[in-house]
Amino acid sequence: MAEGKAKVLHEKEVMVVGGGVCGIQAALDLADKGFQVRMVEREPTIGGRMAILDKVFPTNDCSICILAPKMIMCYNHPNIDVMTYAEVKKVTGKAGDFKVTALKKPRYIEEDLCTGCGDCIEACVLAGEFPNKWDAGIGRRGAVYMPFLQAVPRIAVVDEESCLTLRKEKCKMPCLRACQRKAMNFKQKPAEVTLDNIGAIIVATGLEDYDPSEITEYGYGRYTNVITAMEYERLINASGPTGGHVHRFNDDQRPRRMGFIQCVGARDLRMGNPYCCSVCCMYATKDAMLAREHYPDIESYIFYTDLRAFGKGFDEYIRRGREEYGITYIRAKPGEVTEDPDTKNLFIWYEDLEEGGIKSMEVEFLVLSTAFVPFHGVENLAKTLGVELDEYGFFRAEDDLLNPLDSTRPGILVAGACQAPMDVTDSVEQGGGAANRAAEIIAQAGKKTVKKARKA
Amino acid sequence: MSEENKGKGKSKKNAGDLRIGVFVCHCGANIGGFLDVNAVAEYAAGLPNVVHAEHNLYSCAEDGLAAIRSAIEEYDLNRVVVASCTPRTHEPLFRENCEEAGVNKYLFEFANIRDQCSWVHMKDWDRATRKAEDLVRMAVARAALLEPQEEIELDIYPAAMVIGGGVSGMTSALSIARQGFDVHLVEKEGELGGMLRYLYNIFPENRRAEEVISELRERVENEDRLTVHLNARIDSIDGYYGNFEVALDEGEGLNRIKVGTVVVATGADEFEPEGLYAYGTDPRIVTQRQLESGLKEGRFSDLKEVVMIQCVGSRGQVLSYCSRVCCATAVKNALALKELFPGVRVEVLHNDIQVYGQRYEENYRRAREAGVRFKKYDPERRPEASVEDGELKVRFHHQLMDRDLEYHPDLVVLSTPLVMNEGGMEVARMLRVPMGGDKFMFEAHVKLRPVDFATDGLYLCGTCHGPADITESVSQANAAASHAVNPMARHIVETEAITASVNEDACIGCGFCAWACPYGAPKLEAREDGKLVSRINEALCKGCGTCAAGCPSYAITTRHFRNDQAMAMIHTAFPEPSKPGPDFEPQIIAFTCNWCSYAGADLAGVSRFQYPPNIRIIRFMCSGRIDPMFVFEALRSNADAVLVSGCHIGDCHYIDANYRTRERFEALEEVIAELDVEPERLRLAWISASEGQKFAETIKEMVEDVKKLGPFDKSRLVYKASERV
Repeated sequence: MAEGKAKVLHEKEVMVVGGGVCGIQAALDLADKGFQVRMVEREPTIGGRMAILDKVFPTNDCSICILAPKMIMCYNHPNIDVMTYAEVKKVTGKAGDFKVTALKKPRYIEEDLCTGCGDCIEACVLAGEFPNKWDAGIGRRGAVYMPFLQAVPRIAVVDEESCLTLRKEKCKMPCLRACQRKAMNFKQKPAEVTLDNIGAIIVATGLEDYDPSEITEYGYGRYTNVITAMEYERLINASGPTGGHVHRFNDDQRPRRMGFIQCVGARDLRMGNPYCCSVCCMYATKDAMLAREHYPDIESYIFYTDLRAFGKGFDEYIRRGREEYGITYIRAKPGEVTEDPDTKNLFIWYEDLEEGGIKSMEVEFLVLSTAFVPFHGVENLAKTLGVELDEYGFFRAEDDLLNPLDSTRPGILVAGACQAPMDVTDSVEQGGGAANRAAEIIAQAGKKTVKKARKA
Repeated sequence: MSEENKGKGKSKKNAGDLRIGVFVCHCGANIGGFLDVNAVAEYAAGLPNVVHAEHNLYSCAEDGLAAIRSAIEEYDLNRVVVASCTPRTHEPLFRENCEEAGVNKYLFEFANIRDQCSWVHMKDWDRATRKAEDLVRMAVARAALLEPQEEIELDIYPAAMVIGGGVSGMTSALSIARQGFDVHLVEKEGELGGMLRYLYNIFPENRRAEEVISELRERVENEDRLTVHLNARIDSIDGYYGNFEVALDEGEGLNRIKVGTVVVATGADEFEPEGLYAYGTDPRIVTQRQLESGLKEGRFSDLKEVVMIQCVGSRGQVLSYCSRVCCATAVKNALALKELFPGVRVEVLHNDIQVYGQRYEENYRRAREAGVRFKKYDPERRPEASVEDGELKVRFHHQLMDRDLEYHPDLVVLSTPLVMNEGGMEVARMLRVPMGGDKFMFEAHVKLRPVDFATDGLYLCGTCHGPADITESVSQANAAASHAVNPMARHIVETEAITASVNEDACIGCGFCAWACPYGAPKLEAREDGKLVSRINEALCKGCGTCAAGCPSYAITTRHFRNDQAMAMIHTAFPEPSKPGPDFEPQIIAFTCNWCSYAGADLAGVSRFQYPPNIRIIRFMCSGRIDPMFVFEALRSNADAVLVSGCHIGDCHYIDANYRTRERFEALEEVIAELDVEPERLRLAWISASEGQKFAETIKEMVEDVKKLGPFDKSRLVYKASERV
C-alpha cells in the first residue's frame, strides 16, 4: 500500500465531516487520490463509535486494534488536515465550489504544545468526578481528560462545563503547574476557520444510542443491574473502565446468568422507532460470546423478535454462538422486567412464541440491545448543509437506488450510519464509495468549467 | 546497486553495532489476558544484541508508537522488533513509524504473538508464554541479519478493466471513466444488465427494472472513455499490478488489452433448488426470479393463492449462509402480487424475516397491512411441497399452534439464495484470488477492506463478494472504482523491495532459475569476462524466491528473505531437544507462504480456533521459497517434525510457483523415506486464507501423529551407506 506518499494533485479540496471509520476511509481514499482533505470532527478525538467497541463481528477481531492504525494514518497523512473539536457552521456555493466555515471549540490546551503525557489529568482537583461518555458513563473522568486510551490526536481537553476555573469558581489550578510544557491556556476562544476551496463535502457523522428510559417496563435507570449494550461493551473491553471485568453494580459480583433483550426502541410503533437497526442481533451474539470467553460458565439468553443475521458469515456466526458458546435464543418480546429487591436479580416476563405460554426467567444481569437514533443536533447540521433528512432524521439520499451516496444537495455526499444504521463493513464501503463520488463530482465540475471557458 | 547502499535511511542508525529494541504489546487483554507479557519483555531484554525491551498496553496506539520512536532515539536503536498482532494488518504502520524515527522500514521485524499465539492458546497460560518468548527470540535472531532495502517505483498503465456488466460493473466503469481514465467493461453475455434483466420491479423505489437498466446503459454508452466488450470471454490474465495484460476472446481471435488495475464484478446466480420442494416437477413451482420474469412477461393470470417458502437451500438446508436479499425480495413480490391480483392470498413461510434496516422493514409492515401473511416455520421441520392429482399442496407445521396446516395454492414460490457463478470462479482462478467457504470471492479484510483483494491492483464489488442488494452493490462499486483509480491518479505503483539477487561469482550459469521463474525475470547473459551468469530483471521479479530455493549453487537469494535469515529463525525456534517419555511434546516448525497459509493461521486466531502450542511458524512470501535445505536444518535443530504450507495449487500468488513447492516436497519425501524417517514427520498442507479451521485441525492432527512417534532421532540424518543393500 502506498498510503502516506501521495502529493496534492488536484486544485480542489474535499471536506469530510465526521471522523469515524466511515469518514476515515473516505479521507484516506481521497488523500490517496491526491486530494487535500479537510476533516472536521466535533469530538476531541477521531475514531467514532468503532474506537470504543471491544470486538467486531463476525470475526471477533479486536476493534481498536484494527482501527487504530487507520486513525493514526489518517491523522498523520500529509494530505489530510484533521480539525478535531470543531463543527461546520456555514456552507455556501455549489458542487465543485463550496465555501465552508467551521468553528473550532477551545480545548483550553495548546495543541502544538501538549504531548499527551496526562500530568494535567492526574492533577485535576475534580479527577474522577464526572461520568465519561466515551465509557458510556461507566468510567469517570475529571474536568481535564482524554476521551479514551487510544485517542487520536493524543491531546487532552478541558470540559467547559466541568472545569471550576472556566465556571468562574475557585480552583488552585494544579493542572497549570503540572503541565511542564505550559500547554494549558484558559484564555482560548472559539475560532472561526473559513475554507473556500472545497469541491465536495462528505457527511459521515454517524449516529447515537437510543435512551431506553422511556420504555419503563424494562426498568433501565430504575433497576441496578439493567444496562445498555454500549455500557456492556465498555465493561467487557480490556481498555475500558473495569479492565474487561463484567460485574453487577450492587454487589460487585460477576453475573452467572445474563439476559439480552433485542429491539429495545426499534421495530416498535409505540415507543422508540419503527425501523430495524440491522446490527443488534449480531452484536448481542458477540456480547454473549465475549462473556463466555471471559467466564466459561456464564449462561446467556437472548430474547429476540426475528433473528436477523444477513451479512457475510453472519448466519454461521449465530450458529457458532448457539453451538460453541451455548447461547440460548428465545423468540419472544418480553413485556415486563421486575427486580428482586433483595438480590437485585431480574425477572424477565415473556410470551414464548415458539413453545407458547407466559413464562419468566431470572437473570443476574440484563443487557438491553438498544436501537440507534440520529445524532443529537442532526437537524441543525442538515439546515447548515442545506440537505434533507428522512422521516426518521437520517440523511436522505437523492436516489436510493443508483445514487445512494448523494444527498439531496448536489456536491454533498452522505455516507455511513448517518444515512441509516449499518455495520462497519457497510460504513467502510460507503466511505470509500462517497470518496469516489466526490472525486467524480469534482472531475465533472472541472470539465464544465473548461467547456465554459472555451465557449467564452 | 550493492546491498549496502540501497537503504534510504542514511543515518548511522542503519549501520554499525547491532542495537535491537523489542516492544511487547498487551493488546489490551487480547495478549495480556492469555500470556505473561511482562515476562516476555523481561526475557527479550536478555537476548543477544537487544539493548532495550519494554511492554505497552497498545503498541499501535499513538502513545505506543511514540514510545517506540523515543526508544529509537534514546537507545540509538537500529533494529526494531514488535511482538504483537500480525504483519498482515500492522506491518505498514510499524514500518512507517520506524522510518519516521530514522530506521529503514526493512529493519523492522514482527513477532506474531496474538493471532498465532495468545488467541489460539487461550487455555494454556504457561505454554503460550513460552511460545511467545520463542517467537520473540526468533524475530530477534532474524532482525540481527536484516538489511535496509528500498522499494522500486514502476509506471502504471493508465486504464482499468471491469469484469462483469451488471449494475455493479456498469456503475464502477462509469465512475472510473468519469474521473478521466480509460476503462474496458467486459461482459460475457450479449447485453449489459446482469441479474437486473430478469427482475420485475426494484425496491426500495418500486421502479421497473427495465427502466433502471436502460438508464444505466444509456449512461454507459454515452461515456467517452468507456469501451464495452460484449460476448467477451477472458482467456488469460498476465502481468502484475500496474501492468496487467488481458487476452480477451471476442469471437475473432484474441484481443490483448493492457490495464493497470482490474475490478471484478462478475455477479452471482440464483440457486437452482433441484430436488427441493418438488421443484422441477410442476411449472407452478417456481423460484422468485422465475416469478419476476413471469410477472414481467404477463405470464400469470388470475392467481388466488400463492405460498412463498423462504431459505430454500440456504441457512443449513444445502448451503450454510443466509442470502441477505431473499426476504426483502419475497416481501416486494408479495406486494406486487397483491397489486396485480387484488384479493390474492399470499402466505410467506419463513425462518425469521430478515428485512433489516429502514426501507425493508417499512415494506414488510406495508405487506402485512396489505394482508400478506407471514408464518414462521421451525428449521428442524421445514414445510413440504408436493403435487397430488394435479393439485399443488404445501404442508406446514405451525409451531405456536403445534398443528399441521395445509395449503392448496395456484403457485409455490421458492426463495433461493444467490450463489457464486461459474464465470466468476473462472475469473477468480485466473486472477489467483481466493474464494471463501461460501464460494464467494474472499476480500482482503472482512471489515476494513471489503472491496480489495489481498493482491494489489485487484478489487471486487457487487454480488461476487456475497449477496447484496442494488443499493449496497452501487456503494461497493463506487468504493472499488475509487481504489482502481487511485494508483492511476498517482501515476506510479510502488512494488516491494523483496526481489531476487544473484551472486555472479557463485553462479554456474545452469539456467534453472530462468526455467523456474513464473515471470521470466532471470536471464542468462555472458559477462564481460565471458562467464555465463544469471541476471534478474527487477521490474519483472515479484520476489517469490522459487529461483533461490532451487538454485543448485546457492547463488541466488531473495532480499529480506535470505537463507541466513531463515536459518537464524530455524536455529532459534527450539533451544532444547524435546523430552522423550509420557510428557513428550512434539516440536514442530512450519514454513508457510505469506498470502494463504500464514493468513489462514491468522484466521484461526481471529476465529479463536484453539490448537496446541507446539508449532513455530516461519513465514516466506511464497511456499516456492522453501528450500529443502530448510527442512533438513529444522530436523537437525531440535524440530521433531516439519510442516510446509502454501496456497492451494492453482491459487498461487506467483502464478505457478507452488508447483515447484510440490515437486520439491515430493523429492523430499523420497529422501526422507530413503533415510528411514517416518513420513508423518514431514507434512505438506495447502491452506487458503479462508481456512482457519483447516489450519487449526492440521496442527492438531500433526501433534497427535508425532506424539505417537516420539522425539526425532537426529542420527537418522546421517546417511549410512552401509545400511543400504
